[in-house]
Amino acid sequence: MSYCRQEGKDRIIFATKEDHETPSSAELVADDPDDPYEEQGLILPNGDINWNCPCLGGMASGPCGEQFKSAFSCFHYSTEEIKGSDCVDQFRAMQECMQKYPDLYPQEDENDEKSSKDLEAASMEASAAKEEKASS
Amino acid sequence: MPCGRSDRWNVPPDLQLSRQVASKGVPGQKGSNSVFVLIMGLSTLGAGAYVYKTLQDSKERYASRLARISRQSQDSADAAPQDTAAPSPDPKVPSHVPFLLIGGGTAAFAAARSIRARDPGARVLIVSEDPALPYMRPPLSKELWFSDDPDVTETLRFKQWNGKERRYMALQPPSFYVPVEDLPSMENGGVAVLPGKKVVHMDVRGNTVKLNDGTQISYDKCLIATGGSPRNLPAIERAGKDVQKRLTLFRKIEDFRRLEKISREVKSITIIGGGFLGSELACALGRRARTRGLEVIQLFPENGNMGKVLPEYLSNWTTEKVRREGVNVLPNAVVKSVSVSGNRLVIKLKDGRKVETDHIVAAVGLEPNVELAKSAGLEVDSDFGGFRVNAELQARSNIWVAGDAACFYDIKLGRRRVEHHDHAVVSGRLAGENMTGAAKPYWHQSMFWSDLGPNVGYEAIGLVDSSLPTVGVFAKATAKDTPKSATEQSGTGIRSESETEAEASEVQISQSSSPMPQVPKQGEDYGKGVIFYLRDKVVVGIVLWNIFNRMPIARKIIKDGEEHEDLNEVAKLFNIHED
Repeated sequence: MSYCRQEGKDRIIFATKEDHETPSSAELVADDPDDPYEEQGLILPNGDINWNCPCLGGMASGPCGEQFKSAFSCFHYSTEEIKGSDCVDQFRAMQECMQKYPDLYPQEDENDEKSSKDLEAASMEASAAKEEKASS
Repeated sequence: MPCGRSDRWNVPPDLQLSRQVASKGVPGQKGSNSVFVLIMGLSTLGAGAYVYKTLQDSKERYASRLARISRQSQDSADAAPQDTAAPSPDPKVPSHVPFLLIGGGTAAFAAARSIRARDPGARVLIVSEDPALPYMRPPLSKELWFSDDPDVTETLRFKQWNGKERRYMALQPPSFYVPVEDLPSMENGGVAVLPGKKVVHMDVRGNTVKLNDGTQISYDKCLIATGGSPRNLPAIERAGKDVQKRLTLFRKIEDFRRLEKISREVKSITIIGGGFLGSELACALGRRARTRGLEVIQLFPENGNMGKVLPEYLSNWTTEKVRREGVNVLPNAVVKSVSVSGNRLVIKLKDGRKVETDHIVAAVGLEPNVELAKSAGLEVDSDFGGFRVNAELQARSNIWVAGDAACFYDIKLGRRRVEHHDHAVVSGRLAGENMTGAAKPYWHQSMFWSDLGPNVGYEAIGLVDSSLPTVGVFAKATAKDTPKSATEQSGTGIRSESETEAEASEVQISQSSSPMPQVPKQGEDYGKGVIFYLRDKVVVGIVLWNIFNRMPIARKIIKDGEEHEDLNEVAKLFNIHED
């Protein structure tokens, strides 16, 4: 049985699992999908892409933001049978840009990222050792 | 003879009548009038005195705030005489930027990102007093302390609850940013950071600012995101240099580095303050207490940890948990004075108790950095502090304020100022949107969270003030309901990220073995649940106690602003018994 007690102005209810399994009678206000104030998802009500969507992370705002927007827009509005097949150039440009910033755009998943970082560290060490040798 | 009333009065009946009548005041109109007038007069006087006192208090608060600000700016001016002595404007800095962001914290970063997303090719300059690139603060009092890496103060790497390592504190690595001198010429614009510089003067009519090295920058749109500085206790300020040497005011990366080092060198640390920062640091240090024999004391004026946030029963329960993390918690403690004796600090409390310790961490609140208000002619709020802005975070035509320093109008909950990470993200993002023409009010409620060790964690949204009436609905906790398991399930890394950057991926409900049934113990009544904070029967704040990934429904309930007769029914929407 759920029970409750009052401690001053604070009420405490201990609810059993069975009690909470019955449907709630609380009424929620229906959401307006066109609410201009509301945080929008990836696609806005008018069909445009919301570049400020938190789900995109920093993709649209970083150094390769323009390339990303161009590629993704092309894909979004593509009417080809294979969607986005007419956007190869934009995607390639985006890829090229992202390769210049491996810190920002990890190319592979976590494991590969770790090994590529190790490679980076190793190559830095090697070049440092080379420099030392050259200067001595 | 029967005892009549007239006998008791010992007054002849005719006289008695007139006296009784006189005392009631009916025929004596003058008498009753004067009494009435007297009462009215007194209450008016009383009301007047009350109003006068309130105004005076508010004036005093305002005046003391301004005094403290000017004292602080004096101190910082004294501390850096070379800057004011010989101004040497930096030639690298562009003389004009379209978007100028003052302050290099989370709010400024979120605004920069928002501006760039909406205005292609935007050029954004962040001027930051901190030498570090924009970073997030929550790990400074949480994850960084639980790292097993002995070099953590150098690398600032930390393992998240689920074992995944995060490489850096910075919100983006250096390659995200454009060099300051290249900003005007970059084809697609970018975000540049000018670290270690302070904006000391703002000319709102001329749309220019001046830095501490004399550099002048003009702007089209400006965001003030200067955050705040940790407050200090007057008792400590009076105490002198020997005490100040043994004091940490915790806010920045270097404070973490310094405190981490000190925690390995001293025998006893005392944290003054029982709010979020104080309690988190206490738990973090308490963990070290057990492995390294460090004494950790936490003292504060309230009755229990988070006394201003959680209802009393829950604050008491939390205090016990903090004690179990190895902290010697002293509630109802008000500091009277601090002095040095031998090589130790002696804290004298107002009730006569004495605490001996080696180092103090003061976590007693944040003073918003509003020094620019004077030169800019911007309004400072006398109730909450900070720059006063409207519902769209705008102070004046081309000036917005976001983050800890913004006292803004929340359409749902009223005027407020919020000092949490997610608010910095939400308000920064909104300011960025409005700086690029959106004209949107603060609408998406920000949330906050706190963990007290690995076994107690909560998320909250809205006005979470313990002085409000609350209704708490609880179930029994199982081993699965800890912050640890929340991130293990969602696999997104630190909870700060999983909340602020809504992941598109689905949350996997773990298929592992069913939870171990726990025998209900006396001390475990409040294992998990949801607490509603009410104002006139409307839910204005919600705390999700040891249940996670339910923030959207909480946000919805606050947004609706409906009166609910039975909050147990509302609680059902949260599925508190499930994982």
